[in-house]
Amino acid sequence: MSDVVIRVENLYKEYRLGTISHGTLHRDLQSWWARVRGKEDPNSLISHHDRLPGPEAFADNPHILALTDVTFDVHQGDVLGIIGRNGAGKSTLLKILSEVTAPTKGTVKMKGRVASLLEVGTGFHSELTGRENVYLNGAILGMTKREITRKFDEIVDFAEIEKFIDTPVKRYSSGMYVRLAFAVAAHLEPEILIVDEVLAVGDAQFQKKCLGKMGDVAKGGRTVLFVSHNMAAVQNLCSSTLVLSNGSLVFSGKVDKAIEWYFQNDIGQGTMDLHDGKERSGNGLVRFTKITTCNMRNEIIDSFPLGQGCKIYLDYECAKGFSPHNVEVGVAFISVLGLKVAMFSNVVANQPFHDLSPVGRICCTIPSVPLTHSEYVLGISISCNGETCDWVDKAMRISISEGDFYKSGRLYYPGSTLVYLPHNWTTS
Amino acid sequence: MKIGDEMLEQEQWTKVIGPRSGWFDVHLSDLWHFRDLIGLFVKRDFVAFYQQTILGPLWFLLQPLFTTIVFTIIFGRIARIPTDGLPRMLFYMAGIVTWNYFADCLNKTSDTFVSNASIFGKVFFPRLTVPVSIVITNLITFAIQFVLFLAFWAFFYLKGSDIRMTPWVLLTPALLLQMAALGLGLGILISSMTTKYRDLRFVVGFGVQLWMYATPVVYPMSSIPEKWQWLFALNPMAAIIETVRYAFLGAGALRPFHLALSLGMTVVILLAGIITFSRMEKTFMDTV
Repeated sequence: MSDVVIRVENLYKEYRLGTISHGTLHRDLQSWWARVRGKEDPNSLISHHDRLPGPEAFADNPHILALTDVTFDVHQGDVLGIIGRNGAGKSTLLKILSEVTAPTKGTVKMKGRVASLLEVGTGFHSELTGRENVYLNGAILGMTKREITRKFDEIVDFAEIEKFIDTPVKRYSSGMYVRLAFAVAAHLEPEILIVDEVLAVGDAQFQKKCLGKMGDVAKGGRTVLFVSHNMAAVQNLCSSTLVLSNGSLVFSGKVDKAIEWYFQNDIGQGTMDLHDGKERSGNGLVRFTKITTCNMRNEIIDSFPLGQGCKIYLDYECAKGFSPHNVEVGVAFISVLGLKVAMFSNVVANQPFHDLSPVGRICCTIPSVPLTHSEYVLGISISCNGETCDWVDKAMRISISEGDFYKSGRLYYPGSTLVYLPHNWTTS
Repeated sequence: MKIGDEMLEQEQWTKVIGPRSGWFDVHLSDLWHFRDLIGLFVKRDFVAFYQQTILGPLWFLLQPLFTTIVFTIIFGRIARIPTDGLPRMLFYMAGIVTWNYFADCLNKTSDTFVSNASIFGKVFFPRLTVPVSIVITNLITFAIQFVLFLAFWAFFYLKGSDIRMTPWVLLTPALLLQMAALGLGLGILISSMTTKYRDLRFVVGFGVQLWMYATPVVYPMSSIPEKWQWLFALNPMAAIIETVRYAFLGAGALRPFHLALSLGMTVVILLAGIITFSRMEKTFMDTV
């Protein structure tokens, strides 16, 4: 197995939650004192005897495990995709691999020069010109001055900004900025390239160009680790794929199988307790207690493929002695930009609820969600006799993932459209 | 046989990342590999400082000039603090220019982690490049201000004031290096601790100001009663400022023993700083 270029063994990463306060200093001293005496850190979830502590340790403990016992090998020339829901540990893994932070336990061994691209344009300074920033950014990414000089023309060419190279980057359009930043990174020549979600920026044409460039890198025998939510890109680019879920490696294998597995098995916590906390308004006579999103098979998920059906369950309870009449329930899909993309109301849909039981569950079924793949926030409201009882602006997040809406295997680029509508094309 | 294979493989890894381990996990050689980056950081900071200002690098001169004038009026004319018989302007300017270099190094390096969190969180490069580049940038500022001081020196010399350079002038580069090391060492030590406890950031701000008054910048050592002078031996900056003044102006309390003690403290602080910093740089992203 001499062609293994990255070996990750039993990797754990522990984070401390909550704010730093006077309690922190106390716990720091406690941990430090335990270490001095050679005992186990009472504040750590990771014991040194290869055993995870029981559930009693988790209660009240401000630590969480972002990665749990992750082990895998990457071979030379592989393009490894890493997928998983938000918070699954993808970014933590990349941060450890790119040495931004150290693991709590476990080791990573690598062969060759590593370059990581967790963000485009790291260290760009707005007052400096394009030329100066190319040098600065290149040096931050690990290139020497001479290397950059050698590739300078190529970089400027790739970014298509010859005319503006001596203009401060603060005068650049955001497109030019991103192009220049990616161009620098694309011309690094590392043996191992680690890329996070950087392709979400830039226009469609440039994205294609970047993907092409990354493909070239892989063909040149170098190894690429690629994290993305863009399943099309993962599918195009990667030879094998890991699926992370809640910090654990749950699937590893061929890219098609991994994506399939991801959609079928990585069931999210598509449910949110609304008893308290949330920002809400209304008279409180009726209150939402829980929101749950399910697919048409009633499996709780929080990520729906474009065009698939979605059921939204709203649990509610009434104040003592209150019986709701003339109830209007509303649900809104709000885009990340705050735009209400779709609204659903039982009154507008002419399906009124004249009387409701004091405690119950309301279901809104949407046979097909034709919204572009992105994240959405669900806003919900309930009113009786025209008076708002409860209104939760941001009840929960749901994401629409890519789905083969037109059965053509093709989609519009994210951000280029908001909705997909069924339609027909004919000629005469 | 199997063990042999494994050992062979072990040696092929060019990089092994593990949990943060011992206290002495310091890689200063990395700093040399990234010397181009240090140069570019210096250039960035220097250029960005006077970008879109009318006076540009002239600002580097105005600050010590006006401070000197203010000090001359307040501490010289009004408070009538003695200046070892030296022209007041020169006396204060020597102190201010020297002190400024140290204070700037300390101030700016002390929030390395916090103010660079966005870069540090995205890419790995030896974190020490940032504070080292700050110290070098400040050296340029110092050089400009030092020229101003020399101009004043020449002016007073030609006017016939009683000032003379002593052979100790040759020690200037060494003193600069020591101040750089002291400012850097203390700065990165504080910076490592501010990642968790932000309180220290506020302490540094006025702490440096108070420190200046505990250092013979606005007054000469000779105005301190003999029985309290030992206290100044504990302040590594006191000996440096007095030596600089003695070197260039020919008056003041030159104490080689204090200077040696100051050097010793500098070395200890710098080492402590580098060790703490190297330890912190691996995990600070989780707390910052």
